[in-house]
Amino acid sequence: MAFKLDSKIPAGELAQKWSNHKAAIKVVSPANKRKLDIIVVGTGLGGASAAASLSELGYNVKIFCIQDSPRRAHSIAAQGGINAAKNYQNDNDSVYRLFYDTIKGGDYRAREANVYRLAEVSNLIIDQCVAQGVPFAREYGGLLANRSFGGAQVSRTFYARGQTGQQLLLGAYAALNKEIATGHVTSYNRHEMLDIVVENGEARGIIARNLVTGEIERHGAHAVVIATGGYGNVFFLSTNAMASNGSAAFQCYRKGAGFANPCFTQIHPTCIPVHGTQQSKLTLMSESLRNDGRIWVPKKLEDVEALRKGTLKPSQIAEEDRDYYLERRYPAFGNLVPRDVASRAAKERCDAGYGVNETGLAVFLDFKTAIAVHGKEVIEKRYGNLFDMYKEITDVNPYEEPMQIFPAVHYTMGGIWVDYNLMTTIPGLYAIGEANFSDHGANRLGASALMQGLADGYFVLPYTIGDYLSKKIQAPKVATDTPAFDEAEKAVKAKIEKLLSINGARSVDDIHRQLGLIMWDNVGMARTKESLEKAIVEIAALRKEFWKNVKVVGTADSFNVELEKALRLADFLELGELMARDALNREESCGGHFRSEHQTEEGEALRHDDEFAYAAVWEYKGMDEAPELTKEDLTYEFTHRAQRNYKD
Amino acid sequence: MNFTLKIWRQRDAHSKGEFKEYKVTDISSDTSFLEMLDILNNDLVHKGEEPVAFDHDCREGICGMCSLHINGHAHGPSQAVTTCQIYMRQFADGATITIEPWRSAAFPVIRDLVVNRNAYDQILQAGGYVSVRTNSVPDGNAIPIPQADAEESMDAAACVGCGACAATCKNGSAMLFVAARVSSLAKLPQGRVEGARRAKAMVAKMDELGFGNCTNTGACQAECPKGISIAHIARLNREFLAAKLAD
Repeated sequence: MAFKLDSKIPAGELAQKWSNHKAAIKVVSPANKRKLDIIVVGTGLGGASAAASLSELGYNVKIFCIQDSPRRAHSIAAQGGINAAKNYQNDNDSVYRLFYDTIKGGDYRAREANVYRLAEVSNLIIDQCVAQGVPFAREYGGLLANRSFGGAQVSRTFYARGQTGQQLLLGAYAALNKEIATGHVTSYNRHEMLDIVVENGEARGIIARNLVTGEIERHGAHAVVIATGGYGNVFFLSTNAMASNGSAAFQCYRKGAGFANPCFTQIHPTCIPVHGTQQSKLTLMSESLRNDGRIWVPKKLEDVEALRKGTLKPSQIAEEDRDYYLERRYPAFGNLVPRDVASRAAKERCDAGYGVNETGLAVFLDFKTAIAVHGKEVIEKRYGNLFDMYKEITDVNPYEEPMQIFPAVHYTMGGIWVDYNLMTTIPGLYAIGEANFSDHGANRLGASALMQGLADGYFVLPYTIGDYLSKKIQAPKVATDTPAFDEAEKAVKAKIEKLLSINGARSVDDIHRQLGLIMWDNVGMARTKESLEKAIVEIAALRKEFWKNVKVVGTADSFNVELEKALRLADFLELGELMARDALNREESCGGHFRSEHQTEEGEALRHDDEFAYAAVWEYKGMDEAPELTKEDLTYEFTHRAQRNYKD
Repeated sequence: MNFTLKIWRQRDAHSKGEFKEYKVTDISSDTSFLEMLDILNNDLVHKGEEPVAFDHDCREGICGMCSLHINGHAHGPSQAVTTCQIYMRQFADGATITIEPWRSAAFPVIRDLVVNRNAYDQILQAGGYVSVRTNSVPDGNAIPIPQADAEESMDAAACVGCGACAATCKNGSAMLFVAARVSSLAKLPQGRVEGARRAKAMVAKMDELGFGNCTNTGACQAECPKGISIAHIARLNREFLAAKLAD
């Protein structure tokens, strides 16, 4: 049965939609809020800000995180900054311009109304974070400083050195701590959600595993919020944290929540290239480096050879022998083109044989010009910690020789389908931040992930959730001794037993690494019908092998990291296939989704708006069954859908 | 490269732990310390043994999840980096490396190298925040802050809450951790309003949780992966004294 999707986008002028909507939706009185329970899963920027704000309103909130403290969530690793339409630089920025850049950056595959709301509340986020004591960078006059980021021609990114995500998360975590101290938020650290409980078609709670004791717990609530981030780790190697996973989102999908645009994956252009075969994790170098760094490869293949042999240093290559290919191809934006464009351009040069390290999979990011213009001291002040980190990892000093970078999986724009209220297709179940699909279309702009996580958590969900909960004010506490909870708990326990009993020959990491290679080779930066069909077959086969041949040591009732990883990999093995199926269905190129069959003569992404101007929403049908597609048509009332142009 | 590892193994909080010896071989010098442990664990799993439990997550030196005493030093041999930023090229080929969990009464072992750092959360819950509600705030530029103050606040705010300071301190004091938060907010006008209450509440909670007293040995600063200065402890002491005197 296909979904009946209602995006609930309010009528009216773009700039009035959110105000109109807020005026129209119901609110819950303070006395009634105290009777209502909300579960928030995940404590990154979205989860922490939502939980804190909901608690301030008077709801009873339970938060769950897999780490030892809410402060560890992977939002903390975001480096570069957060966008807002403050126009503090007087460079003609506005809510509309931020909206337009985001819609265009997403290659016209996001909802206009959601994106406009995001731009609208962006300014409130900065005010909120400043008031919490986030030490944003300041100008000499004491006012907030900004920098530029990819995909924008204005300077609207607020930052705290190269640690913006950390500082914003510590702000949200502090707000959370304030509420934990009041007793209105209960924190369940080292707990992992293993299932969502649905009763009479509504979300009623979760099944969670205490990761220290292994105990399986039932938690009931009037609403459940999924804020568990993205699923980039399906690729094994990514910039995501080691424990980041797609399982909570996947359980929602399995229980009937639509999953939208799973193939929209962001491959970030500036990561430290892969070395050898023993790596577990890729490291991102902030996009902010592209403000001053120039990206190039040699013009001559003999220089490429000499570099690989080690007979030539990159700094010895003359200016006229360098191909600053982004500046050459995209004069208007140069090194600050959006991430998908920069990544594909790097791939294009490497495929042509100009990659610069021993694997041929790297390009240079060079600060020679910037150091000559601004002096070493200024560059050190701007990027010192990133340069130090680069040297630590690679043993190369980026003040003397250019950095080597290569694209890596970083973020997933796809996610759980939500309506304008951020509610999924399961009433009472919400998804916020990277876990949902709503705001970034087919490509996210830099410094917009932090903006969306905090927009959803501080300024959208606390309003919209009231509309649903206003219907629950008569409902008693959610009982967890019901058949739905019994069944969910039983299924979780059976799955764990099964995994522990297989006792096969391959470790979880072995299989995950293989899945990652299948994904990267076939569902990565460039995809074709053949590669995707191949991936679907190979993933299905690998999944079968996993369920027959995985080796999970340890017990169910103890701290067991192998079991945690096995449970997550089981879901990745289905999610990977779903991503390939979605990519196969979308016979066009848009944003981060590049189908080689669909490109312009110049090699740019070629959209087919007549056929694919929709969000692809998938419904689960079983582990080895093809999912069912429902389309949410995307209408563009306020912007003209043009081919993205970063050339002039 | 080849290494001999002496690793602390402990089943759970109630069991007695002991060192066990392992060999790892053919490790690339570009492999990170934690990737080396991943390799060991993958071998152990293939042998049917339980892998070594250790905390880690972002592997970019920012989440504060990783810990480990390596050869007696919190976060290993390098200055101002977390364990996840240590690379095997920093060790001599053939070396024996001793790996232990944080040793601090306030951080009980959960398993092997994993400890419970919930006490740090509790200290922050006692007052490590500015009491502002969502949306009840002025415009960001309504509060100008001298650049030097913002920078100093940021220096302190760089704390990742890993626990190295208390684990290193011979008194088991959490003063550097507490000072980092108090000092970061004390340098900003937003944080001044509740400054006195914050300093008193956080210090009281630290004492209540069994952390020791600071005797200014500076060991915490030396092992802090973010290079947080003990000058912040001096500021905490001033804040605390002023608050007490005002009572």
